[in-house]
Amino acid sequence: MVIWTRLPNRGKVVKAATVSGSDMANPLRREVRQLYKNLLFLGREYPKGADYFRERLKSAFMKNKDVTDPKEIKKLVDRGEFVIKELEALYYLRKYRAMKKRYYEDEMSAVLNIGRPVD
Amino acid sequence: MSRVLVGVKRVIDYAVKIRVKPDHSGVVTDGVKHSMNPFCEIAVEEAVKLKEKKLIKEVVAVSCGPTQVTETIRTALAMGCDRGIHVEVSGKDYEAMGPLQISKIFAALAKKEEASLIILGKQAIDDDCNQTGQMTAALLDWPQGTFASEVTIDGEKVKVVREIDGGLETIKISMPAVLTADLRLNTPRYATLPNIMKAKKKKIANMKPADLGVDMVSRVEVLRVDEPPTRLAGVKVETVDDLVAKLRANGTI
Repeated sequence: MVIWTRLPNRGKVVKAATVSGSDMANPLRREVRQLYKNLLFLGREYPKGADYFRERLKSAFMKNKDVTDPKEIKKLVDRGEFVIKELEALYYLRKYRAMKKRYYEDEMSAVLNIGRPVD
Repeated sequence: MSRVLVGVKRVIDYAVKIRVKPDHSGVVTDGVKHSMNPFCEIAVEEAVKLKEKKLIKEVVAVSCGPTQVTETIRTALAMGCDRGIHVEVSGKDYEAMGPLQISKIFAALAKKEEASLIILGKQAIDDDCNQTGQMTAALLDWPQGTFASEVTIDGEKVKVVREIDGGLETIKISMPAVLTADLRLNTPRYATLPNIMKAKKKKIANMKPADLGVDMVSRVEVLRVDEPPTRLAGVKVETVDDLVAKLRANGTI
């Protein structure tokens, strides 16, 4: 962000100062934005629908929009990364179980019959 | 060190409810979510794992089909493949494309790229053929390790633990070889957004089957596609006598 000023006696307009992004209220702005994008990308495959996910993602981020303490922000970003891992695990398990059910039905029945008395 | 070819197929996403076209000529694919075949994901993961262990040098992802399959190749690149090859097949050729044509393409590519391993998924979730790996090995006269649930490279040989009826079979085959991935071979990594962005820099070469000397003529014609018979609703009975009477009427006893 650039701050402009006019030199005395109606002189030229010159650059007074450049304020870099790191001076701004949210020092982890870039990380937070990337986290949001990554979660949004993952949300496309969410079982309850991409829209459902996007609504909740947005409200979750908006709820914390006034946090300024970098330590707090870092904690929230870490929580976001954890959610990413959870989602990846959810998607993998869903797919694995669907494939197992579809293609390994004999194995499933064998497993389900453990402990049942044989007549 | 060696080069590995991995086949990836673009199929209708596993979670989508399949609908048969009104004319029974096939399945509705327009506007339907597509993704990489789950067994192909496992194949890609295995190849990338081998590269990370420094047992192989380069992983090339290959897919055959119209322009949309480049999305699938991009996913494979995001998972860690080095480059991609898109064999362009469209229209009637694409509809008639099956394991025979694919295996001919892979055989030609394996020779051209001097690959030491071809890793494929054991079958595609749309056609459930479970033939491409086997046919490719036969065309190349290479050994095959199919239904692999564990792969270990030991010098010029590959130890493969195969999932078969009744248990596991361990075989040792020489390279070059064809492997097909089964469900428990590994846990595929997710292609996250940062990885997909990085993968945009990787190259995807474009070619046609004719460039590889492969004719796409199919010897198989699909006559009709029908939905499986709908499951009839269950009937609840009040007493055991009712159940016996119903089973008798049914002809079951």
